[in-house]
Amino acid sequence: MSGLDQIFVWIGHRAAGWFPASVQPLVSAVLAIAGVMAVFGTCFALTTLAERKVLGRMQNRFGPNRVGPYGLLQPLADAVKMLTKEDIVPFSADKTLHFLAPLVLTVPVWLAFAVLPFGRNMSAINLDAGILFFFAVGSASELAVFMAGWSSQNKYSLVGAMRAIAQMISYEVPLVLSVVPVLMLAGSLELNDIVAAQGTYTFGGLARWNVFTPWGLAGLILFLIAATAESNRSPFDLPEGESEIIAGFLTEYSGFKYALFFLGEYLGLFAVTGLAVTLFLGGWHAPFQWLEWVPSWFWFAAKFGALIFLFIWVRATLPRLRLDQLLNFSWRFLVPLSLINLLVAAAWYWTGAWKFPVVAPIRWLLCAALIALPYHWLGRALRGAMPPPRKYIYAE
Amino acid sequence: MQACLFYLFAALTLLCGVLVIANPFTRNPVTSAMFLVLTIVSLAGLFVLLHAFFLAAVQILVYAGAVMVLFLFVIMLLDLKEEERRKIKAGAGVLGLAAAGGIALLMIAVIRQSNAGVGLKPASAEGSTLDLGKRLFTDYALPFELISLVLLVAMIGTVLLSKKDLK
Repeated sequence: MSGLDQIFVWIGHRAAGWFPASVQPLVSAVLAIAGVMAVFGTCFALTTLAERKVLGRMQNRFGPNRVGPYGLLQPLADAVKMLTKEDIVPFSADKTLHFLAPLVLTVPVWLAFAVLPFGRNMSAINLDAGILFFFAVGSASELAVFMAGWSSQNKYSLVGAMRAIAQMISYEVPLVLSVVPVLMLAGSLELNDIVAAQGTYTFGGLARWNVFTPWGLAGLILFLIAATAESNRSPFDLPEGESEIIAGFLTEYSGFKYALFFLGEYLGLFAVTGLAVTLFLGGWHAPFQWLEWVPSWFWFAAKFGALIFLFIWVRATLPRLRLDQLLNFSWRFLVPLSLINLLVAAAWYWTGAWKFPVVAPIRWLLCAALIALPYHWLGRALRGAMPPPRKYIYAE
Repeated sequence: MQACLFYLFAALTLLCGVLVIANPFTRNPVTSAMFLVLTIVSLAGLFVLLHAFFLAAVQILVYAGAVMVLFLFVIMLLDLKEEERRKIKAGAGVLGLAAAGGIALLMIAVIRQSNAGVGLKPASAEGSTLDLGKRLFTDYALPFELISLVLLVAMIGTVLLSKKDLK
């Protein structure tokens, strides 16, 4: 059990052992970086393929199936196409910013993976304020979007960047607020502590993941919605709404720089998905006690894959939102609900001291009602605040 | 290594700070904003050298993330050509330099008088999140709450100003 569980840690130690003791910390750091980049780089290639395949199946078509067996080599073909395309920079563009924007998007995103625990003893650094570090490096993406949109000196790019930044600012608030209950109940900002806090088992050998509590379930859903918007994915992809503004802030990008933007967006998605797994789905812990023998990194990968599939599924299912709907949804629904979720987490904490028979289901239902009723009221208020459906007089 | 990094980050902070307000090559506000981001990031590097990871992360999250993006949002809505054409008046420049010099002298004098760093132990200089939280909610609870009042006032002002039918 422990041999397979710790195999990557063991390989890292052995490889670092070949070097003199003075450079060993450096070597193990480089090995961790190389490992993360290799795994998530491959993951990027596989996800682009899986996304097109799954979308194809859901839309009753095949998806890519020409390059290699079952279209498995499609990412390679895409890479060759992207790298050999001409790199066009508009004549009036701000050349420096135009060049820097894809780098500012892609480089900080890699840093976010440094604090994620991928398995038992498998996180690159243990930061005291790990989760703040995660959000701090994530905030560079807004800057990159601005740089891309502004430096292109093009109306569509600017409108796309403004939409993207308005969306990112609005959804960053519920994203961070939905995380706060987890921090409150785990009592730590360090991701390893948060995973350890979910590592015990309750009756029936079921794990104590945060998602099995009312505030955790609500928090996970809020977090996933906000994460979809933060990574500009459908149904929140109107910054790149091709039917209105060509490709938004990406309009003037081609070739390798476009590929870097693509990479940065997917890596951002992977990072928040890894964070959702860590915060709400118990990190690398097994769902049942009798499944503990399965290696911890397998559980992380399985939950990660399931959430990525969920994102693809949502993309295939929901149509794009309008800008006013999008902003109303965040400020009038998600932000109040995540604030109420904080109070529900506090109620959950205080009712933990209750001692009488059948306390567990009563406590659960009470806290669930505390979040379900505001959900209902806020939803009705939101529907009342929306303008009535448009009447198209020429569409008879 | 530590000293090297300190001088690197300190030099970067000062250099980028100067380039924010007095860039000899361009008067483009976007360039200034970008250098302000670099200043903030190198300040965060200085915090990391002091082992204050929490402060470094918050510095980047709040200033480089939220505040700068709002600045940039405003810049996107402005006509930048007019700003670039504007001339600096000689009198305003002299007065500005004098004011900046005065503030610099004042700060140097205050820092010299305050014996900064005397009696600090290495452990208490470390800004761990737990210590910071305890301080904020016990010794400095009132100032902390008062600052949030300032933010509330700003928020109410914004809501009032952005209402369409202002009577």
